[in-house]
Amino acid sequence: MSPIISAIDCDVHPTLPGMKALLPYLEPVWRDMIEVRGIDSFESASYPPHAPLSARPDWRDGRVRAGMDVPEIRTQVLEGLGADVAILNCLYGVQLALNEDMGNAFTRALNDWVRAEWLDHDLRLRASIVLPMHNVEHACDELERCAADPRFVQALMLCMGEVPLGRRSWWPLYARAEKLGIPIGIHAGSSFRHPVTSLGWPSFYMEDYAAQSQGFQSQLTSLITEGVFAKHPGLKVVMIESGVTWLPGYMWRLSKFWRGLRFEVPWVDRPPLEIVRDHVRLTIQPFDAPENQEIVTQLIDQLQSDDLLLYSSDYPHWHFDGQDAMPPGISPALARKIRIDNPLATYGRLAIPAPSLTLPANGGLA
Amino acid sequence: MARQVVAAAREIEPGGRKLVEVAGRAIVVFNIAGEFFALANRCPHKAGELCKGKISGFISSPEPGVYEISHEGEVIRCPWHGWEFHIRTGKSWCDPRTMNARAFEVKVEKGAQLVEGPYVAETFPVLVEDDYLVIEV
Repeated sequence: MSPIISAIDCDVHPTLPGMKALLPYLEPVWRDMIEVRGIDSFESASYPPHAPLSARPDWRDGRVRAGMDVPEIRTQVLEGLGADVAILNCLYGVQLALNEDMGNAFTRALNDWVRAEWLDHDLRLRASIVLPMHNVEHACDELERCAADPRFVQALMLCMGEVPLGRRSWWPLYARAEKLGIPIGIHAGSSFRHPVTSLGWPSFYMEDYAAQSQGFQSQLTSLITEGVFAKHPGLKVVMIESGVTWLPGYMWRLSKFWRGLRFEVPWVDRPPLEIVRDHVRLTIQPFDAPENQEIVTQLIDQLQSDDLLLYSSDYPHWHFDGQDAMPPGISPALARKIRIDNPLATYGRLAIPAPSLTLPANGGLA
Repeated sequence: MARQVVAAAREIEPGGRKLVEVAGRAIVVFNIAGEFFALANRCPHKAGELCKGKISGFISSPEPGVYEISHEGEVIRCPWHGWEFHIRTGKSWCDPRTMNARAFEVKVEKGAQLVEGPYVAETFPVLVEDDYLVIEV
């Protein structure tokens, strides 16, 4: 990795064109199942292809999707947005299959596809290990399997699944992640096993997307109250595409109630906000604030820490225009932390150089 | 400065409490296993009446899923928001640096001393053979 880094983009989405692309990476029995059953797509409903949010118009460039291959991400993210490193978070929904064996097989194939078709083609790419979401043993095994390759720097889960992420059934996974020094990334998204709002199923996509930050609030609360960070003091969690500005108000609320209710969770032995500062990070897009420097500065002050935020474009999702994903009103010193220092401190594996690769033309670092 | 006899010691059983007034201040006196402590009857959070709270122990944990109880009978929980205060010191558990119930010293004195001395209870007769609780504000 280049010693001079100007930005690490912690949330970039490569697009899987369809199940056919996974065929070379599937075991024969699952390849056969796909053919026989006619499974063309396993796309999650979280990002409808034609929703404006799902791909920025200039990146979409007249097509339905963006981020289809390495040259495109090289042009639009690494060069277009000036990132030296990009962490790929694939959001294709194979990990949601309710058949545990199918979910496991498809997820393994997806991670192998990311490695072979993306990581092997550009030294600047890193990726998250997508975890199967309906079987913790499978998730642990997949974490261990992929962790052998240091270019996998994070494990990826979705915000809304079957049970809250703090529940003890998940703890074997957190123990492995802590031991490996791999952060758990939680990305916006749902397995759609429960309504995306706690009120029931909403009618509109707008409700679904806005409700993601409520999901993050509840997951963060679950992780804290169940004692995940007390049990695993070395564990880090990154909330990705969670929105940022809800955090101070919500943490104030949670810390307030903790004062009167901490006796039911006595392992939470300090205010939740302090636990968040030590264990939790957030990517900056979407930031969820007006384009007003003064307001952004106030919101940043309310976070009471310079260590919380990680630079992200959330490419190709459309949250900002132009080339600068950083909200206005962030000081140059803090911007440097967000772009470089905080990601390096969060993802220990970024310090490990990528193994030498046989690269296509223009594939390596300049 | 006011120094006042607030109760006969035998009025407050171990584990019990009594609300008294000293120089216009509402104060709650507790008996923890024969020792007496007094706190302002006003939670420093939103002024809930501590005398109406539940007395409990302190629950802590060495790790998730493991519960331990200590300081049994020494914690008063505000009836409004449940904040916990150590009766012996008035310190809150959640924020002991800045958030405390004001504590007053309670002295146990012999009735004989009180009858002879300058500090005579105004509200009830002091008997020479009993012990009395005295608070100075």
